[in-house]
Amino acid sequence: MNDWSFGDLADPAQCQQAIDVTGHDVETLLTQLRMMLRIRLAERCLAEGRRDGLIGGPVHLGVGQEAVAVGIAAELRKTDRVFGAHRSHSHVLSMGASLHRLFAEILGKDTGLSRGMGGSMHLWDQPNGFYGSVPIVSGTVPLAVGAALAAKLQGSGDVGVAYLGDGAVEEGVVHESLNLARMLKAPAIFVVENNLFASHMHISLRQPKESTARFAAANDIPYEIVDGNDVVKVRLAAARLIEHARAGHGPGFLEAVTYRWYGHVDWREDIDVGVNRSAEDVSAWRKRDPVARLVAGLQHMGLIDADQLKAMEANIAEEVADAWRQAQADAYPPLSALTSRVFANTGALQ
Amino acid sequence: MSVTRYNYGTAMLSAFEYLLESYPEVFVIGQGLWSPWYVGNSMTDLDKKFGAHRVIDTPVSESACTGAAVGAALAGMKPIVVHPRMDFMLYAMDAVVNQAAKWSHMVGGQAGPGLTIRTIINRGGEQGAQHSQALHAWFAHVPGLRVVMPATVADARDLLIASVLCPDPVIFIDDRWLYDLEDDLPPVIERSLASERPQCLRTGVDLTIVASGYSTRLAVQAAEQLELQGVFAEVIDLRVLNPFSPQSIVDSVSKTGRLLVVDGGWSPCGIASEVIASVVERIPSAALKKPPIRITLPFSPAPTSRVLEKAYYPNEAMVVSQALNLMDKAC
Repeated sequence: MNDWSFGDLADPAQCQQAIDVTGHDVETLLTQLRMMLRIRLAERCLAEGRRDGLIGGPVHLGVGQEAVAVGIAAELRKTDRVFGAHRSHSHVLSMGASLHRLFAEILGKDTGLSRGMGGSMHLWDQPNGFYGSVPIVSGTVPLAVGAALAAKLQGSGDVGVAYLGDGAVEEGVVHESLNLARMLKAPAIFVVENNLFASHMHISLRQPKESTARFAAANDIPYEIVDGNDVVKVRLAAARLIEHARAGHGPGFLEAVTYRWYGHVDWREDIDVGVNRSAEDVSAWRKRDPVARLVAGLQHMGLIDADQLKAMEANIAEEVADAWRQAQADAYPPLSALTSRVFANTGALQ
Repeated sequence: MSVTRYNYGTAMLSAFEYLLESYPEVFVIGQGLWSPWYVGNSMTDLDKKFGAHRVIDTPVSESACTGAAVGAALAGMKPIVVHPRMDFMLYAMDAVVNQAAKWSHMVGGQAGPGLTIRTIINRGGEQGAQHSQALHAWFAHVPGLRVVMPATVADARDLLIASVLCPDPVIFIDDRWLYDLEDDLPPVIERSLASERPQCLRTGVDLTIVASGYSTRLAVQAAEQLELQGVFAEVIDLRVLNPFSPQSIVDSVSKTGRLLVVDGGWSPCGIASEVIASVVERIPSAALKKPPIRITLPFSPAPTSRVLEKAYYPNEAMVVSQALNLMDKAC
């Protein structure tokens, strides 16, 4: 890895095996499987809603990347401060957000997570530890450092988490943020979901090396590079970095190598617009499915059978359908919301 | 009531001391805070008194530091960011304009970053185009920011405190050319920034002069000169440029019929334009005895050479001269 190339980690023909769950708590694994399925079915529902014209704005889907947020959230608490970006449905759901309120937000309804003012790209669920997501690439990275610095000043032992992509690392403020977090010893966890693409551009056309963890090394920040489609490995790496940060030793950097099945935005696969994104690649990466590999690991150990899995999927599908129906029936924000929420204390949900 | 003598710089220093003493969630972050070079006498020894963990001198990273203050504010702190020169703050525009200003609206008013960004207009001295800008009009254009420009010693202290206690993002712009102003101040009273309005510093019946920051000082000095010539100017100091509250200006111009606006920024889409437009759309045209006049910078970046620099910035004589023009009097 010292040449900062991923090798097998970025090769879809590798890392397809069942996840090794030996020695891990069964209830936790099943909870993680349930959450990953929930995220996947929710995003499939959104893909269809967008395709069918029911959703007016863009949705950036992360199907195929579910293990990253779910693995990290397993190590977080509600008082931590998580920030996301344009592809953050998994981030907010993994912290415990209501499916109904997520859907309502994306449909622009007053009951939405951001009261209908944000849509898919501006999500907020601070009571569950999700401080916000925005679509300006890298925009929330310094915010997470500041929320982490606040935790340090408050002596709370909480961490700030910045989810960013490999494209965001090309923004200057990320490098300022890494240095600042290191120098202030802020308990900030930088999570790079490296899915090898920024919009349509493959990383090989944007950066001289694949691994963005080289910037953690340059800033003297401890880092981990993991298979982002292995929820157990993600969680273990997150646990090490988060424990280090909570103990007052400063920031950590986790790079999770993964792949998105859909294109950059909306429901298409974007085979034709991608550079280095062929149908063969997408189909190979689908075999490295983080959900199927966890199921295979659980089945291998006899921890779930086909009927149980089927029942779990049916339950979640019903939950998704109910939430979608309810969100569609909800009311839009009042016209007064156009100007009444610009300054503080004017829009608290009663 | 007991009063204390301050200048504009020590008035801000006393505001910082008051805030750091009274509010554990206040901290200050920016470049030059541990050095006397950058912020004059406005922050002397704060790090020694309150600790370097609460008065943080930072790496050369305007963007990350400002973004970090936004995030800390969302997490319950009351941060003050200091940009010793407004020009360098342009690196932080995403944090200011995309994040801080829009946060409350984007999340339905359920959260908002209550941070103060203190930025200093620091011109003159042949520093030139990148060390001299006064960009208050930019920030006044953006919904979600409160923009404050103190022109008096009292406002330097009390509006800084009000800004930091305000739950919204505030751009607090002070001016190095005001640091020698002196005044006696009563003890601190905490004010609500949302209730602060333009203030009449001098009453008059012949014309209304509107200004902010250092331009207000010019306006007051010019009004004193004009009075010697029998012209009585009403001087209104804007104080809070965003959200802009024009009513007292409209009332004044309704009385005087003449409006002169002095601004240390450029004319196009500037504060002077906004003041004039706000007045013109609110009073009958017959109420104006003469078309309004604005005094601003030439529409060019700041020069360095002293001869050019002297011609570049508005001065008291220009204000007097344009006021007399409005009065149809020769200089």
